[in-house]
Amino acid sequence: MLRREFLKAGGAIIIGFQLNAQTRTPVAGPPNANQIDTWLAIHADNTATFYVGFAELGQGNSTALLQIAAEELDLGLDQLSTINLDTHVTPNQGGTYSSASIARGGPQVRTAAAEARQALLKMASAQLGAQVDQLTVARGIVSGGGRTVTYGALIGDKQFNLAFTGNAPVKKPAEYKIVGQRPARKDTPAKVNASYAYLQHARIPGMLHARIVRPRGQRAYGAGAKIVSVNEASIQNIPGARVLRKEDFLGVVANTEWDAVKAAQQLQVTWDNTPSLPAFDKLFTQMRAEKTEDRIVLERGNLASANAAHTVTRVVRGPYQMHAPFAPNGALADVKADSALIITSSQDVYATRQQLARVLGLTQQQIRVQYAEGAGTYGHSCYDDCAQAAALLSQLAGKPVRLQFMRHDEHGWDLYGPAHIGECKATADAQGKLTSYEYHGWQHNWANVETSEQLTGVAAAERPGAAAAQVSPLNLGSMYVIPNLKLVNHKVSVQGYLRGAWLRSPLDLSFSFASEQAIDHLAFELGLDPYEFRKRNMTDVRWLGVLDAVAQAAKWTPRKPYANPSNANLVTGRGIGLGTHLQSWGAAVADIEVNKQTGKVRAKHMYGALDAGQVVNPGIVEAQITGQLVQTVSRLLLEEVKFNETGVTTLDWNSYPVLRFDECPEVTPVVVQRLTERSSGAGEETMAAASAAMANAFFDATGVRMEEYPLTPARVLAALKKK
Amino acid sequence: MATIRVNGRQREVPSAPDTPLLYVLMNDLELKGPRFGCGLAQCGSCSVLIDGVETRSCVTPLRSVGSKSITTLEGLPADNPVSRAMTAEQAVQCGYCFNGMIIKATELLSKNKKPTEPQIRTAMKGHLCRCGNYPRILRAIQRAAGVVNA
Repeated sequence: MLRREFLKAGGAIIIGFQLNAQTRTPVAGPPNANQIDTWLAIHADNTATFYVGFAELGQGNSTALLQIAAEELDLGLDQLSTINLDTHVTPNQGGTYSSASIARGGPQVRTAAAEARQALLKMASAQLGAQVDQLTVARGIVSGGGRTVTYGALIGDKQFNLAFTGNAPVKKPAEYKIVGQRPARKDTPAKVNASYAYLQHARIPGMLHARIVRPRGQRAYGAGAKIVSVNEASIQNIPGARVLRKEDFLGVVANTEWDAVKAAQQLQVTWDNTPSLPAFDKLFTQMRAEKTEDRIVLERGNLASANAAHTVTRVVRGPYQMHAPFAPNGALADVKADSALIITSSQDVYATRQQLARVLGLTQQQIRVQYAEGAGTYGHSCYDDCAQAAALLSQLAGKPVRLQFMRHDEHGWDLYGPAHIGECKATADAQGKLTSYEYHGWQHNWANVETSEQLTGVAAAERPGAAAAQVSPLNLGSMYVIPNLKLVNHKVSVQGYLRGAWLRSPLDLSFSFASEQAIDHLAFELGLDPYEFRKRNMTDVRWLGVLDAVAQAAKWTPRKPYANPSNANLVTGRGIGLGTHLQSWGAAVADIEVNKQTGKVRAKHMYGALDAGQVVNPGIVEAQITGQLVQTVSRLLLEEVKFNETGVTTLDWNSYPVLRFDECPEVTPVVVQRLTERSSGAGEETMAAASAAMANAFFDATGVRMEEYPLTPARVLAALKKK
Repeated sequence: MATIRVNGRQREVPSAPDTPLLYVLMNDLELKGPRFGCGLAQCGSCSVLIDGVETRSCVTPLRSVGSKSITTLEGLPADNPVSRAMTAEQAVQCGYCFNGMIIKATELLSKNKKPTEPQIRTAMKGHLCRCGNYPRILRAIQRAAGVVNA
């Protein structure tokens, strides 16, 4: 962003933060998505900027989307760049969630680039005196009639002034030179040489440093945090430190960051500690006993009519788990009487702006929200809460502020992935054909009002119509041919539980932990190889494709679960599983080791196969699969939000451990490339499969079906003892 | 004003003596290598080398540094073998942990030129990566050590 443009727009100058020197004059967005100029600009030096409405969250979409653009434009990937999201500059393509960047954003980028190329070729045709179909393009140099001209010379930094119709023909996959290849990520060099500007590096001149002050660890959603008294004199020894308050929303600002940290630690506040949560060990009993809102999500056939030569019932429980981004969220805010600039790591700058308008009492058009990458977020971490808190503190202070959540803020006030109870019953006939499947799931919905806003007096509310917060037909039985099937959602009220939101592959780890253990156990009862049993009950080529791909990668040989019981203390097991999220097809194999004496489980090797249709950059997707497998091991073995009746107690990396380097399994990621199929999500769709594979490997090793995860030593020892 | 030695240069910094070194490096000197992750010395995102020893700057008060030599990620040679190997292995996702990963691996390789895989895993276990990219980071460190080839 040019300095003069910021001044013109009345915004702040951000130090150390070169958004982009080649952007356009900012106007309150979103810019018109039906104009080609909204999507890209060709520069005089024959490079181009593509304005992408998806956030680089670490997943690599800023490289992959540019591969698509480069392919259609006949530019080199090195000639293209993009900028960070900005409500005054970049188009609104919706939030960067549900693994949608390529699936939803790819076609828009592709057709916009194709349409721009078409316009450029028309210009070149006139300039070169050659028919459009006689022209060839390489690296933005158009050749025809024995002469050449560059894109930059044709339109350099001028507007196309062209409606985006979406009608330009796009290239066929067989012609691809860049899509489907593995160019290095464009953001890597800066990220390894300390020049990458994360949100945590952004500064606004004249800003104060801020911290929020809340009880350590959230209470029940809806119970808020009630201040009984604040002793402002308790920080008067810190020069310049101030207490800022609006109802129960409380924070401090100071001139230096360390003073803000000290002031937040030192400020004496008495909170109302009335218990508001279930006791930790009563959580599932209470959830199961709630009066719920029940809905049949899918039903076909008649369960009672099924030939049930073999019946397996599984009841499982999955814990609350947290996003725990490696850096707690931060945000900067400069709120004035009639305008505001907010810098955030939001997954959706336009949705964040909408909420901020409500919180600040401004119109959306008065607010500019800019995205800057923080640490990976894996879903809805505290970014909106933090942006709102920064905005409120700036409004109260009358100055720009930089707010950094502390580790205990992020761990303690996250929107956790909700706990789940699954009850699954599956039957098969004597020939090993699945005949019926029934699943009942209990969980609460996601929260819709952020803590900061809630503390200013706005009532807690559920998120309306959250499709992913219910039992998912895609993960529950749909990979198999089952004539009789019934899926029932039992929605628990969010009030009285922890604040929830989407956490990478929402609820899927729990679904498959229940469902795929039931399927696997039928194979065991039938004395069949669990791979063979699955194949026997599948016809979908995409599911069969990933199942075979993972079996091949893992060199799967026919085996029966728990066929060789061992009395040794250290036993090994191998398991297989299928799963997905909202789209795509995932399969996994897990090799694990169980120490029956200590209860310690180790993942030795994880294999994951993913069919996401056309994969733009297989190297990036392999990294995604690797991350999914490792994060699933972490979530299956270690991760569990704990609380007592007055609040969450897992507030750091010791109380909420995640998988470390020394415990990390070997991984084998497999991309099932289907260049001619529509791209679908690749950021979360092997996690459910990996969860199932681990659970089934545990049974293979021990002959015990786990009912609850994470598989901590205490839980494992208790389960082995019960056997 | 205190004077500290950072990346080979004497620097005057205005922070109070009890300020954790991290805030001095991030705010007074505007460095982007060491970064806030937990403030508890649990995660490794703030790591720097102090006289060659990997140190958590978030719990190191400015006053304790004295005349010791501080090296941040910026102070490593631009083509240092660990950063080069991280790029070659495409080991980065969000990259927030990479300051600590590169600093720690550099310390390891300065003491042990050919570490075994278990030695690498043990040395690195105090550095968390939430993206789950340990397998690629491991391979990158092995590549930097010349233990495995491309």
